[in-house]
Amino acid sequence: MSAVRVLVGTRKGAFILTSDGKREKWDIAGPHFAGWEIYHVKGSPADPDRLYASQTSSWFGQVVQRSNDGGKTWEPVGNKFEYDGIPGTHQWYDGTARPWEFKRVWHFEPSLNDPDTVYAGVEDAALFRTTDGGANWQELSGLREHKTGSSWQPGAGGMCLHTILLDPKNTERMFVAISAAGAFRSDDSGKTWRPINQGLRSEYIPDPTAEVGHCVHRIAMHPSRPDVLFMQKHWDVMRSDNAGDKWQEISGNLPTDFGFPIDVHAHEPETIYVVPIKSDSEHFVPEAKLRVYRSRTDGNEWEALTKGLPQSDCYVNVLRDAMAVDSLDSCGVYFGTTGGQVYASADAGDNWKPIVRDLPAVLSVEAQTLA
Amino acid sequence: MIRVVLPAHLRTLARISGELELAVEGAATARSVVNALEARYPTLRGTIRDNVTQKRRPYIRFFACEKDLSHDSPDSPLPAAVAAGSEPFLIVGAIAGG
Repeated sequence: MSAVRVLVGTRKGAFILTSDGKREKWDIAGPHFAGWEIYHVKGSPADPDRLYASQTSSWFGQVVQRSNDGGKTWEPVGNKFEYDGIPGTHQWYDGTARPWEFKRVWHFEPSLNDPDTVYAGVEDAALFRTTDGGANWQELSGLREHKTGSSWQPGAGGMCLHTILLDPKNTERMFVAISAAGAFRSDDSGKTWRPINQGLRSEYIPDPTAEVGHCVHRIAMHPSRPDVLFMQKHWDVMRSDNAGDKWQEISGNLPTDFGFPIDVHAHEPETIYVVPIKSDSEHFVPEAKLRVYRSRTDGNEWEALTKGLPQSDCYVNVLRDAMAVDSLDSCGVYFGTTGGQVYASADAGDNWKPIVRDLPAVLSVEAQTLA
Repeated sequence: MIRVVLPAHLRTLARISGELELAVEGAATARSVVNALEARYPTLRGTIRDNVTQKRRPYIRFFACEKDLSHDSPDSPLPAAVAAGSEPFLIVGAIAGG
């Protein structure tokens, strides 16, 4: 019997939600690491019981937790994230130069085939990797040391590397996204990088089509089609058909194209999901209605998914890492809100139910499909 | 022995309860106390002082004998009552909401 495990990071701890393949009844375990901000929890594709959690605090800094039993027990592992060499400066909000300073891990991306190898996206933006299960972390400094690095600047949430995509068909290729620098691609296992932001247009920077400076909120791919990337930018939903070399807008009939997460159906590479948010000055859903929008056509044509979601008096946000899909035959879709609800659909978004309604604000959601 | 009181979150992280007693090498200073603390509880590395710079984290304060020692040199001798074990060295998370 298959099962699903949903890993939820919140402002005040981590929660693990489990169900059988029907996804009707859920067991809720937690909070783990109560009182700490859990930016992300993710399992290894190679060993689903190996989990990594980013536990952070403005008071006590960064802790990395590892579980070898699917989240029943945890142990702290290495938490030393030291930039390679003497880090230079990036731009601060006011345009002045500011030294790179590690603040927290936003995202873990475990290797597709080795549970001990994990990539970490951090603030201030940089990419780290462990090959010993989290004991030691080394920076892949070619990214931060890109010639544009000194011009990168933080988005409202900080200058974070929040998305890491590993190409399953080309082990040397990976993608990252940074707020507010943009998207980058490496074709040599992370040694060197190049910006892939051609086609993006951002009115909030002096040159709207600059090589870097774009506030990319999230990028996503389907493993069967790794050259096709989808992007939710600060404004605009975008698609690239050539691994980021060129982007085109696919916002189409969305009620607003501001938002944070974007994800792809597990079995339909052309089916994508976003959650439109009213604006960058009003971080809640438009018209007080919580609606996931689905496109079955690679974008441009979108339908609102509302069954089971609140359609009045709703003022939540859905953050960039807070949406995920499972890979059961009928694809499950999950997302968490800043109001503490985690919603699930067992039928690709047609119908929704809350798994849990009153968690702390949800920062991240990941779904594991278990045999 | 130096008596040390940790904030609740760090007691949880280190899996301890109540006050600690630490043997400190050499003079009792903030640095030597935190060194001894991290040696016994490696999971606390990086939580009181930065893992790289070794500077006290901004929201961590050091109190003892009703005084704020946070801005003293980490190598300044701690009060005699702390060194003698009659008063605890308090590692405190700043009151800053949350």
